[in-house]
Amino acid sequence: MDFANFLIQLLNSVQYGLLLFMLAAGLTLIFGIMGVVNLAHGSFYMLGAYLAWSLSARLGSLTLALLAGAVIAVAFGLLLEHLLFRHFYQRDHLDQVLLTFGLIYVFEELRSILWGDDVHGVDIPQALAASLPLTDNLSYPVYRLVMSGVCVALALGLYLLISKTRLGMKIRAGAFNHAMAEALGINIKRIHAVVFALGVALAAIAGMIAAPVSSVYPNMGSQVLIMCFVVVVIGGIGSVRGALIAALLVGTVDTFGKVLLPQVAGMLVYMLMAVVLLWKPEGLFKQ
Amino acid sequence: MSLAQSRLEVLPRSLQVLLALGLVALVACPFVTTDFYAQMVARMMILAIFAMSLDLLQGVTGLVSLGHAAFFGLGGYALSLVSSDAGAVSLWWTLPLAVAVAALFALVIGFFVVRTHGIYFIMVTMAFAQMLFYLVFDNKDLRIAGLSLRLGGSDGIYINFKPDAGLVDLENKTVFYYFTLACLLAVYAFLRRLLWSPFGRVLAGIRVNEHRMRALGYGTFGYKLAAFTLAGALAGLAGYLWGAQTGFMNPELLGFHMSAHAIMMVILGGMGNFAGAIAGAFAFEYLLHVFKDLPTIGGFNTGKHWQLWIGLFIVVVVAFAPRGLLGVAERLLRRREAP
Repeated sequence: MDFANFLIQLLNSVQYGLLLFMLAAGLTLIFGIMGVVNLAHGSFYMLGAYLAWSLSARLGSLTLALLAGAVIAVAFGLLLEHLLFRHFYQRDHLDQVLLTFGLIYVFEELRSILWGDDVHGVDIPQALAASLPLTDNLSYPVYRLVMSGVCVALALGLYLLISKTRLGMKIRAGAFNHAMAEALGINIKRIHAVVFALGVALAAIAGMIAAPVSSVYPNMGSQVLIMCFVVVVIGGIGSVRGALIAALLVGTVDTFGKVLLPQVAGMLVYMLMAVVLLWKPEGLFKQ
Repeated sequence: MSLAQSRLEVLPRSLQVLLALGLVALVACPFVTTDFYAQMVARMMILAIFAMSLDLLQGVTGLVSLGHAAFFGLGGYALSLVSSDAGAVSLWWTLPLAVAVAALFALVIGFFVVRTHGIYFIMVTMAFAQMLFYLVFDNKDLRIAGLSLRLGGSDGIYINFKPDAGLVDLENKTVFYYFTLACLLAVYAFLRRLLWSPFGRVLAGIRVNEHRMRALGYGTFGYKLAAFTLAGALAGLAGYLWGAQTGFMNPELLGFHMSAHAIMMVILGGMGNFAGAIAGAFAFEYLLHVFKDLPTIGGFNTGKHWQLWIGLFIVVVVAFAPRGLLGVAERLLRRREAP
């Protein structure tokens, strides 16, 4: 592998890692703060991708579709939290696993009824359709760089929201001790709704920006969900920082694995997870 | 993680009567129904063995594995690997081999996962099962240490002959049916016996309070690893029977959905007493059959969207009947017995 090729794989690793982080961050926040195991998190990613496809065809622009899609995702998250999830915060993990497993089926079929079972492509916006030449015969697509940029911006936004704002302070207080936070006058129910919607939105946005690269297809949610779980387990459940580092690690191992060891590529990340768990049974950054 | 303690470990007389009636129905089944339904019931019995093996972890020990299908799949794939296109292989060494393969993998994977707790356990078991899923899914043929293994990849693989059991002819569907029933009864009797053995009591103690068990001097790691290995071995037995009965293995059988179905069966029936797992497996498979057979209403094919109904069904069960069918049955029967 020469340097230019290595560089391309490295950029791909980071891009995939950042995408995984967007999903894993929502998953781990929802677990860390509400104590909910959400197997249906991948469905939100799928929802985002289908929204990007269906809205960009109607609105004629992926950027507009992104904005409209994010609004729809937040509304969907709030509705779902209000109707279903808030009743399961106090239930045991097994019930949550089953509930959200049932929801995977429901969402998959609703997707099938609404949008069909075909594979669709989403066009990259004209302005971003170019490629950056690296050597004479190797180049890197600009859109993938922009994707990484959007992920970094959102990750930074998430960090600032949680560590610097008043809302973030309340979220942290709620995660630390529900009863105490409530006694101090924080509306914990609203915080939960906000965090849940935030998680849904992050997953959906990840799906939307990934749509032009990965295309839009059934089962895309389940595939990515399992990868996210690996990230969350490696990083340590509840730790957003752990999720970021684990996501980049998993992105790198997966991307380079596919190039260097294609025969066992599918297994490599799970081996990574096994090694990490042997060393630290509760993940790298258990809180 | 705390699991609702089962009050059904000791089966009430009324439920025992119900089980006896169920057994009579199973024995009579091949004579009173069509071949199609007898085949379906045989499949249900195999899944019941699978569900019971998970119940040993989930209901008895309090370990919820979301990767149990891995061992089911390993049992079936072990059979497909030693099967040949030329003729039947002997049951007497392939069955123990399949069970041993599943047990060995369970021992190795268990060594990693049993150290984790609660939600980590759920996620890590799932991840390990996915590892095996992708190994099979991505490889039509696998070469390890000079050995060429025919896995079939994402297309799956056929097992053309049922194993040869010598005296009994398993190619005969009725004979295979009763062979499966015998396996079901043997596994049930074994697990019920195990439940009340000192080993089973330690496992139940771990479910209730692992710290206290350790304080009492029990090496809980060893007990949990033993339970995980045993559960894996029994799941391997179920997978072997599945491969023999259906003559086909595909990667889906060791995937995430299959594992979740097993959890659903155990919950649906009622945890911790093995009879619930059997009831749950039958009920769940029957529901799948019903949902897939739903009619087309006003141009909308409701049967094609069976996953929607099973999904909604799961959500409703979790929300309203956390103690499962046997829990409901027990409540109804008890109400009738009460003066």
